[in-house]
Amino acid sequence: MVGMADSEPSSKCEVTKRHDPPMTSLPNGGPSKRQRETASRTRKTLRRRRATNAFMVGVLALSAVLATIPLILILYHLLKSGLSSVNVDFFTNTPKPPGETGGGMYNAIVGTLMLVAMASVIGMPVGIGAGLYLAERKGTKLANTVRFLADVLNGLPSIVMGIFAWEFLVKPIGHFSALAGAAALAAMMVPMVTRTTEEMVSLVPTSLREAALALGYSRARTAMTVVLRTATAGIVTGALVAVARIAGETAPLLFTALGNQFTSYALNKPIAALPLQIFNYAVSPYDDWHAQAWAGALVLIALVLIISLAARAATRGRIDLGAD
Amino acid sequence: MAESILALTESRQSRGSSTHLREHRADAPVDLPTRSRVVVEGLTALFGATAAVKNVSMTLLDRRVTAIIGPSGCGKSTFLRCLNRMHETVGTASVRGKVLLDGHDIYGQKTNPAAVRRHVGMVFQRPTPFPTMSIRENVAAGLRVARHDDAVRGTVEEIVEKALRRASLWDEVKDRLDTSAVGMSGGQQQRLCIARALATEPDVLLLDEPTASLDPLSTQKVEELVWELRADIAVVIVTHNMQQAARVSDFTAFFLHGEMVEFSPTAEIFTNPLDPRTEAYITGRFG
Repeated sequence: MVGMADSEPSSKCEVTKRHDPPMTSLPNGGPSKRQRETASRTRKTLRRRRATNAFMVGVLALSAVLATIPLILILYHLLKSGLSSVNVDFFTNTPKPPGETGGGMYNAIVGTLMLVAMASVIGMPVGIGAGLYLAERKGTKLANTVRFLADVLNGLPSIVMGIFAWEFLVKPIGHFSALAGAAALAAMMVPMVTRTTEEMVSLVPTSLREAALALGYSRARTAMTVVLRTATAGIVTGALVAVARIAGETAPLLFTALGNQFTSYALNKPIAALPLQIFNYAVSPYDDWHAQAWAGALVLIALVLIISLAARAATRGRIDLGAD
Repeated sequence: MAESILALTESRQSRGSSTHLREHRADAPVDLPTRSRVVVEGLTALFGATAAVKNVSMTLLDRRVTAIIGPSGCGKSTFLRCLNRMHETVGTASVRGKVLLDGHDIYGQKTNPAAVRRHVGMVFQRPTPFPTMSIRENVAAGLRVARHDDAVRGTVEEIVEKALRRASLWDEVKDRLDTSAVGMSGGQQQRLCIARALATEPDVLLLDEPTASLDPLSTQKVEELVWELRADIAVVIVTHNMQQAARVSDFTAFFLHGEMVEFSPTAEIFTNPLDPRTEAYITGRFG
């Protein structure tokens, strides 16, 4: 201890006064009582801080683990109950009547893909356009109103969206249809895409817009080429996240697409969808159908996972805008 | 006014101001013919009701470099942005007064701001290459909106090469024209931005503190470049750095609190300023 206390000041001395002889010991032979007390207090404080730090890191790590537990449990349960029913038949056959074994969800898989594709075709252009407007015309009355409404729409329960689509599309036309289902899903998608697009476009630095304007680009051209192109990766990610979310929606389809026991490619007829089929099978009294419901859920999750991975891949190619 | 300034320029051109540019100046044709290119009359630039530039009048000459100096917030950048109608792109900003480009009022009723900006190029403080475009696409970016009546001639390939050569960047990038512009160094990026501005053959080039974020070597390259551009076009450079103004410019305007205090040939303003406020600033007593 004495040696330690001695060596520290001596090294400092060497930095400041090169020609002084190094101090090997203090004149009175060691640290004073006050110095020893200070050192012991410092050691105690340090020990306490380290303990607090370790405790907090532990708490946060636990939270992080807890956050992923539901996902792990769901995946485990789905794999356990559903994997046995996922086979070639499941992807190629339509449902069999109750009592007969076998059958699959070909109709529902096709239906979900069709519904999601149609909803994206309707919803993405509208959402991206609206988001671009919100970001480029920030502060205007229309932009503020639209942003507020988009937030309200984002929080709207999906069943309400289904009822709305029924009221405006199914009731006037007189029958359920794939198109009505796609419209309900698109209506859910628009506010999500709008907000993420707005955020991504807002991240494009003003200096880039000014650079384009200074070259003689018009405002519109600046927004459509330079700004949109710079924000593309982020917008694609946001859009794919929205696609993943609507792919699993059941409620908006209950009153619109309705569901179908047979394979249908018609846009003006009721169409099957994975979430609907899962719902119908899960509430049925047949064990065979329950197993099929689990398998359907597994396939649906796999579908969403693939879309999410695609979103990740799109983000990876993103250009770092923050670098300077 | 232009004539009197010209007379003053002649008197100082023999002096030279810094060692590294003296050679350049010896090479540079000192008696380039000139004429007034931009005439500013009673320009006032406002943000809402606050005037950032107050009633400034000056004449910018062709084939001459004009530096604008002054402390932070004196309105020098705002003034520069008025010369290509960039000022009004910010929310509440507005402009009063006249700016004549070759006798044409750029704030005239029928004038399209985008057309003005195709004739008056601009380079900003921080390099702003378009991150999604390759080096070639960056240089050619302005050509996409060029009109047939604009002074652009030749194929895109030729124009890109010429612009990069003028920005003394060609030798460094000729083998990687199709790679992203983001991978370049800061100094290269800034010279790329200058090349991009030059590709459309502007009549006037505005530089807003172009070396503020660059290292000394890149700064020197950009300064040499500015001096070379002087052979063809009118250049206006806003700078924080008085040595830079002294090195690269023929004329210097000193701005303070939004007003133009003094506008003289560069050698005059740094050796024998007319206004006591100019003298106080250049001797470092404030700012």
